Amino acid sequence: MSRNEAFITGIGQSEIGVRLERHPLLLTVDAVKEALQEAGLTIDQIDGVSTYPGRASGMLGFSPIGSDELIDALGMKTTWYAGGGEITSQLGAVVAAADAVRTGQARHVICYRTVYEAAAFTKPDEYPMPKRDRVDSYSQWLAPFGAISAANWTAQYAMRHVKKYGLTREQLAQISLTDRANAALNPKALVREPLTMDEYMSARMISTPLCLFDCDRYTDASTVLIVSAGDALDEVKCTPVRIAAMAGSVDRHSWDQAEWMASYATGRDLWKRTDYTPADVDTVQLYDGFSFLTLTWLEALGFCEVGEGGKFIEGGQRIALDGELPLNTFGGQIGAGRLHGFGFAHEAVVQLRGLGGDRQIEGDPKVAIATSGGGPLATALLLAKD
Amino acid sequence: MSNRPLPRLDSVNRDFWTCGADSELRLQHCNDCQQFFHPPRPVCRHCLSENVGPKAVAGTGVVDTYTVNYQKWHPAIEVPFIIARIAIDGAPGVYLTSNVIGCEIDDVDIGDKVQVTFELQDDVYLPLFEKVS
Repeated sequence: MSRNEAFITGIGQSEIGVRLERHPLLLTVDAVKEALQEAGLTIDQIDGVSTYPGRASGMLGFSPIGSDELIDALGMKTTWYAGGGEITSQLGAVVAAADAVRTGQARHVICYRTVYEAAAFTKPDEYPMPKRDRVDSYSQWLAPFGAISAANWTAQYAMRHVKKYGLTREQLAQISLTDRANAALNPKALVREPLTMDEYMSARMISTPLCLFDCDRYTDASTVLIVSAGDALDEVKCTPVRIAAMAGSVDRHSWDQAEWMASYATGRDLWKRTDYTPADVDTVQLYDGFSFLTLTWLEALGFCEVGEGGKFIEGGQRIALDGELPLNTFGGQIGAGRLHGFGFAHEAVVQLRGLGGDRQIEGDPKVAIATSGGGPLATALLLAKD
Repeated sequence: MSNRPLPRLDSVNRDFWTCGADSELRLQHCNDCQQFFHPPRPVCRHCLSENVGPKAVAGTGVVDTYTVNYQKWHPAIEVPFIIARIAIDGAPGVYLTSNVIGCEIDDVDIGDKVQVTFELQDDVYLPLFEKVS
């Protein structure tokens, strides 16, 4: 273990729910305390904080807690912090933290993502919806045409796969069916009932070819990952998980000018930075804000050829908990809740430590991938237990 | 869709959102490298020249991909409707997200040829597209 490498040590997660009454700062504290306890660290040993996207004042439910607020609320003496949306998606906050500990700017960094999107609907005075007389920035090129949701933007890439590569709804369903089967084994998951193919096929359409069950849903929760420096591991009591490679990309920050979503360049670049190959990977935790994004990650990371994702997941056995490439073993966002990117890295660590309980994969997994985003922005982490 | 969310006009995007007043579609164009780019900005993304400005295109294009939206995201927008990414003829690499109108929702496909038509709402001319046979 090189001192110049970065490791995920403690991990923590609040309860996951919809319309939770608990204050989002306290949900964040719940996750922080669990992560500290697991790592055997105290808050005084934390000297960095990293988050995505920071406090979103115009859209508070999306991100209610800023890193500066968390630092002050918990009396942390930090030497480094970062929080912002202009980063290669949610797990870009972990990439930033890894760079900070590798360069000696911090030893133990709390990375967190807190979402309060379901509760915000019930507290409009405290968490007002954005008021937009006019739209600007990238929304102006989409919203005037009713392309208001990321479902619409993702759906158009999905339709291209349907028409160009023959992706079927029965194939795409395997992402959601797998998510929901795994969520049924995760006591914290938002949805505990498995989904059947009949339910999927008869679900109402959101934006063709995506139906209701291809989409995650608003959730209230906080997830924490502590990123520690290689020379600080003697302070940690849990099994460290090495960040073996990181990649992220933004070619064009655009949902309609880019020929390919950012997941493809990110997956390609990840393998340039490691000696590991896709054959070494024991489990994949791939972003599923929409099921189709997961399918593109499988292609992007080289588990199958571009356009072959539908055939790769057909029948679902390959990506099942007992399959050759267990996928989203905690239920993904579609099953466990919209933790917004951080849930994938959290679960990769759970599996590598063998702490998955009923959903623990067989054998002794040593290598996992966690990703976030996949549209105009994407991040991939290759995680290894040495 | 008579109550669409509208863009906030500024010095850079105003020509795009009002060119329909002249019944022509204009895109930002570089007068040095002769390439179009979108969204409009005061610098060319191909050669970094500032010698850029709006230039008319034919207003035809091809459906690059599409989706039929069924979810009522916006209270004033009736569903279902077709959202499409249109590859603009004569402007390689430029796509516009828009609506294909004037046809049944199941009568659109990738590769369909389309022609721009403008819908005026307040001070904005929205470039929409109709199929051409």
